[in-house]
Amino acid sequence: MSEAVIIQRPPQPGLFSRWRRNLFGSPLDCMVTIVCIALLAWLLYRFIDWAFISSIWAKEDEPLCRETHGACWSVIDARHRIILFGLFPFEEHWRSTLACVVMIATMVASCFSWFWSTMRISLLWICGFGLFYLLMRGGVLGMTDITPERWGGLALTIFIFASVSIIGMPLSVVLALARRSKLPGIAKLTGLFIDLFRSLPLLTILFTAAVITPFLLPGWLQGDKLYRVIAGFAIFFACYQAENIRAGLQAIPSGQDEAGLTLGLNYWQRVTRIQLPQAFRNSLPAIVNQFVITFKETSIVTIVGFFEILASGHAAYGTGEWTPHYIEVYVFIAAIYFIFVFSLSRYGAYLEKKLRVGRG
Amino acid sequence: MGSLLRNRKFREIFLQAFVISVVAGLLIAMVINAKASLAAQSLTTGFGFLERSTGWDFSFSVLPYSISDTYRKTLTIGILNTLLLGFLGIALATIVGVIIGLIRTSKNFVFSSLGTIYVEVFRNVPLILQAVFWYSIVSHLPRPRGAISLGDAVFLSGRGIYFPTFNIGVTAFLLMVLVLVAWLAFLLFIRDKIPTITRKKIKISGWIAMPVIWLLIAWTAYEPGTPLINVPALKGLNFRGGMRMPPELTALVIAIALYGGAYIGEVVRAGLMSVPRGQIEAGFITGLSSRHIFTRIRLPLAVRAVLPSLTNQYVQLMKATTIGLVVGFSDFFMIISTSINQSGQTLELIAILMIGFLIINLSIAYVMNTINRRIALKGYEVKG
Repeated sequence: MSEAVIIQRPPQPGLFSRWRRNLFGSPLDCMVTIVCIALLAWLLYRFIDWAFISSIWAKEDEPLCRETHGACWSVIDARHRIILFGLFPFEEHWRSTLACVVMIATMVASCFSWFWSTMRISLLWICGFGLFYLLMRGGVLGMTDITPERWGGLALTIFIFASVSIIGMPLSVVLALARRSKLPGIAKLTGLFIDLFRSLPLLTILFTAAVITPFLLPGWLQGDKLYRVIAGFAIFFACYQAENIRAGLQAIPSGQDEAGLTLGLNYWQRVTRIQLPQAFRNSLPAIVNQFVITFKETSIVTIVGFFEILASGHAAYGTGEWTPHYIEVYVFIAAIYFIFVFSLSRYGAYLEKKLRVGRG
Repeated sequence: MGSLLRNRKFREIFLQAFVISVVAGLLIAMVINAKASLAAQSLTTGFGFLERSTGWDFSFSVLPYSISDTYRKTLTIGILNTLLLGFLGIALATIVGVIIGLIRTSKNFVFSSLGTIYVEVFRNVPLILQAVFWYSIVSHLPRPRGAISLGDAVFLSGRGIYFPTFNIGVTAFLLMVLVLVAWLAFLLFIRDKIPTITRKKIKISGWIAMPVIWLLIAWTAYEPGTPLINVPALKGLNFRGGMRMPPELTALVIAIALYGGAYIGEVVRAGLMSVPRGQIEAGFITGLSSRHIFTRIRLPLAVRAVLPSLTNQYVQLMKATTIGLVVGFSDFFMIISTSINQSGQTLELIAILMIGFLIINLSIAYVMNTINRRIALKGYEVKG
């Protein structure tokens, strides 16, 4: 006969009493809570009033903007195509939209762990990126040819982000492995390269790529300014990402690699089957975080003269009647960035939590 | 030959020699190519141009300057401008960050959610967008005539913010700062070289001597007959007197302080959370008040846990100052890029830029790491 052992836990305070203790534990707490709630409510009210209640929406209503204290979204209504598409030909905007949707879908899909194998993820990104480029560039299937100089707005931001990722990710793996190489010559050289790039601001690297490299490279190798900047950005990204991956590699217990050695696996087998999968798992949050930072940093290309979403925002309020409404334009662009960056960073936090499970 | 290739040692040496010679070859090819393209534009290489006068103007300088200054002086001004921006931005970002970190670790979740909202809003929008946003706000402030006055001493206008200053000149002021910095550096280094009691005496006498030295400097630099405090006042269409903080600098400082504050706030929060519960509970048991638990236990331990990641944030923020170009602030990078346009000495200027940033960043890292080592507690380690 066995009796069920009932483990008695000390009584846990319920949600309500926990709230009451944290929020109204002492007179000071009461005051802080009330002041904060009032402040939050006031902020929320002011924001909703500004953005929704007192705001003007249609572009025809622009004259009304002077009489209200709310937002004048007319500027977005009238100029959103400039902000989103830049100088892309008007009739072809559907292509730019579709291309962005494809690329965003690719990014979202790569967040699912089903795709996390070298084969699947490369195939996904090559297809997604290829389709994006095809839609943007055209020239086939009856679509007119639109050269990258005329790309702009959100599509250019996404293009730069995607190409930096697609070039930078494999490069970062190579750099991380080279820096951990047993051959001192290669390890030192890679270390120097990575540290040099990491110690410089991104802007100086983009500037060098845009303005200086034509001096350094022979004419046939220079390529378009956009591609040079993307190459510089990708190297910069890879140097940071390589350090994240290296940290992940270092966290692997040496027994893992030694087990591979005793099984008679060669270097590439050990790297691809034992080291890299574990390294990626170890440093996945840091890797996602680097993508978050990179997405924000794409805005810096506006300084070296590209018409990405920030520059196209400038253009959107730059003409005549819309100049007073710069705040609305900036809030609109900030909201777009916020949606991308916030969801990506939330995803990073979710991964961090999920990967911690089963590690003790 | 076949046996040589199968020899592992040989293969390794051969591979390394191959990689290194390819890299060296690429570098040499680039230099040759650069020489050829410079020769095609009939430009001379070398650093001789540093002594030429520039002949162009820029927006802001901490030192008095003219357009006939040499490139050497102009570049120095650029570095000083960057340092000023970086210093103001980082100092304010630290203050904001500490406040946000404290708010976010509050037990009262309504209170801490204010901090969370702040962090999420400011961290998830690119710095450069925040900079242009603040720039358009600051430069749309009213003209000097309608400037917003704070106690008739500080004026906010679209031309900049005007502060009252002491009438002692820039050199004297820089000297005062230098004395303070030297003293702080000294304090950092005398630790554990001198017995505690002597150290305390030195500390106290130093802090007493500091205002005296300052007064002495101020007194020597002060021109008799002028008012001691120089208050800005509206004369005609603009303000006279006082000190002007141009809108470019103001916007960048605000942007860096708020953006950096969000990041530093997270670092501070992580530091405060990393203090083991047992340490705090031990404080309760010994009967310390919650204020003492915070100032004597939690804060000192958190500061030690935080320093390495704080160093990293400072270096990142210093690098981020280069976006000053987007609002037209004449920082080091903008001076360099204008110099390149004007003089064509591309390679030399890029080298100066890279070395300049290396020195600035390495110095930050050096100072912070020294502090980190000096204040480290022996035999105790907080997990960061």
